Amino acid sequence: MSVSDPGLYDYSPIVDRPRLTWPAGARVALWIAPNIEFYELLPPVNPVRPPWPRGQPDVLGYALRDYGNRVGIWRLFEVLDRHRLRGSVSLNVALCEHHPEIIEACRARGWEFFSHGVYNTRYLYGMDEAQERAVIDDAVATVLRHTGQRIAGWLSPALSHTERTTELLAERGFKYACDFFHDDQPFPLNVTRGRLISLPYALETNDGTVYGRRLASPREYEDILRAQFDQLYAEGEESGRVMCIPLHPFLSGQPHRLGALDRALAHIVGHPYVWRATGSEIADWYYAEHYDAMVAHLAARRGASSVA
Amino acid sequence: MDHDRYGWSALFHRPPVRWPGSARVALLVVPVLQWFPLDAPAAPYQPVGSLDAPYPDYRAYTHRDYGSRVGIFRVMAVLDRLGLRATAAVNAAIATRYPGLLDEIGGRRWEIAAYGLHMGRLHHADLSRAEEAALLDEVLGTLRHASGQLVRGWLSPGGTESPHTLDLLAERGVSYVLDWVNDELPYVLRTETGRLHALPYAHDLSDATVIWERHHSATEFAEAVIDHFTVIDREAAEAGGRMLVLLLHPWIIGQPHRIAALERALGEIRSRPGVWPATASEVLDAWAAAAETGS
Repeated sequence: MSVSDPGLYDYSPIVDRPRLTWPAGARVALWIAPNIEFYELLPPVNPVRPPWPRGQPDVLGYALRDYGNRVGIWRLFEVLDRHRLRGSVSLNVALCEHHPEIIEACRARGWEFFSHGVYNTRYLYGMDEAQERAVIDDAVATVLRHTGQRIAGWLSPALSHTERTTELLAERGFKYACDFFHDDQPFPLNVTRGRLISLPYALETNDGTVYGRRLASPREYEDILRAQFDQLYAEGEESGRVMCIPLHPFLSGQPHRLGALDRALAHIVGHPYVWRATGSEIADWYYAEHYDAMVAHLAARRGASSVA
Repeated sequence: MDHDRYGWSALFHRPPVRWPGSARVALLVVPVLQWFPLDAPAAPYQPVGSLDAPYPDYRAYTHRDYGSRVGIFRVMAVLDRLGLRATAAVNAAIATRYPGLLDEIGGRRWEIAAYGLHMGRLHHADLSRAEEAALLDEVLGTLRHASGQLVRGWLSPGGTESPHTLDLLAERGVSYVLDWVNDELPYVLRTETGRLHALPYAHDLSDATVIWERHHSATEFAEAVIDHFTVIDREAAEAGGRMLVLLLHPWIIGQPHRIAALERALGEIRSRPGVWPATASEVLDAWAAAAETGS
């Protein structure tokens, strides 16, 4: 049975909240989320959504994405290294087995991994609870085995969900979920057991959305990243903001797009009050400094509205 | 005409309209406050901004919801700085779900126009008259109660109406509808039941059309708004008062990387002489008074 309102989080206007602070007086917590993905050539076909809309094998679609792993990601390493930025990798975890060289290159840089499902061609749609839990547990075990990291974050593969995904993530001790686009600050999610926050990932600054859906040029993408940062940085003086730059090596790692990213990052990190963070670092800070106050704030709001 | 809802006339063949203070262009900013339900039906059609991935589409649901939590406050800040009072077109579901937003609107003395129940409840040919009458009672009742305003305006979610919508709206004390985007001044609509006017908005200029549907950049949007204004302002010098009715979607224009473009465009217009910042009812009343006196 479907619902009209998923009840994922409480309503809370951003202008009426406890002040959010970041370490060292930063105004913006900046995190970079390269999506390191593996799309299968001949995946099983999900009845709700075909993995390859043009039919399979889709040589062009497959090869473009594989380019990201053979070529693009290595350019992104260089650009991010130059700006002293670590990635928080949105990882299709099967890539640990397919391309250990990439995993090792991330690990050596101190990058964080979080789960983006097994393959980007495997969706959560239609899974039962046991199947979905198995996917989550497999992600934790696979990344731990290959990297020694216990993953704390989740972005559903191809942004496919079920109504119980957040509950299962909280149950399995995840710290943050990236699937929600309702805010520029971390925000408590309503789960029945444990706790979980949404960490602002992004569609608006995501090269996949901007190039792939909005059909923007590289220079327009550069303008978007600069303007996004300038606005959040100005607002961050009053209360902290999160800026995420989700990247896809098969898009931003193309030679003609690399400069746009490089120039935008130079602009951003040229500002003093920027916290170069990873997903877990932001989540840990939020839990330590702000989560309880926000939950109390929301409880008071709920109480006030039920009285009214 | 192929219908009898209005008498047809070309914009440039009418007597000139005089705005208060002999202003040339009335500037109406219309932020729309929308709620897209997670389970909105696919039929009869899906309005712009509807969820487009398989259920549950948290991606689009939460992205649209951003407008009511974050984006609208950036739009409010821009309009406050420029001294502009808006006419907000509000889904009744917003008043129920986010009552604080209505207080923010009221505190700014913005006007509220009704914008249906939510973006999953459309007005269209298959809606029976009785069903639509009940729906309009609910929508107008909710918004009038929550805002304390008369709520004289209407915008249909998705821009469609049933054959009865105009009659039912007039019967319920609504004075203007924004839906008929075929003009750049108000005009009279015929109904069975009462006085009603069309107050057309500039559909091709809204952020949803320019940015979301046509994929133009925020900079191009700002240029379009200024260019639109420049043309009608030039015409107004010869032909009488004109109006610019700009629809804004906070989940689009209220994104951090776009809001500065809105401030540039509206700031530029605000700096031009002969601009009258007004709400929809103020414009409609001035237009009706001018029409009566023939000036």
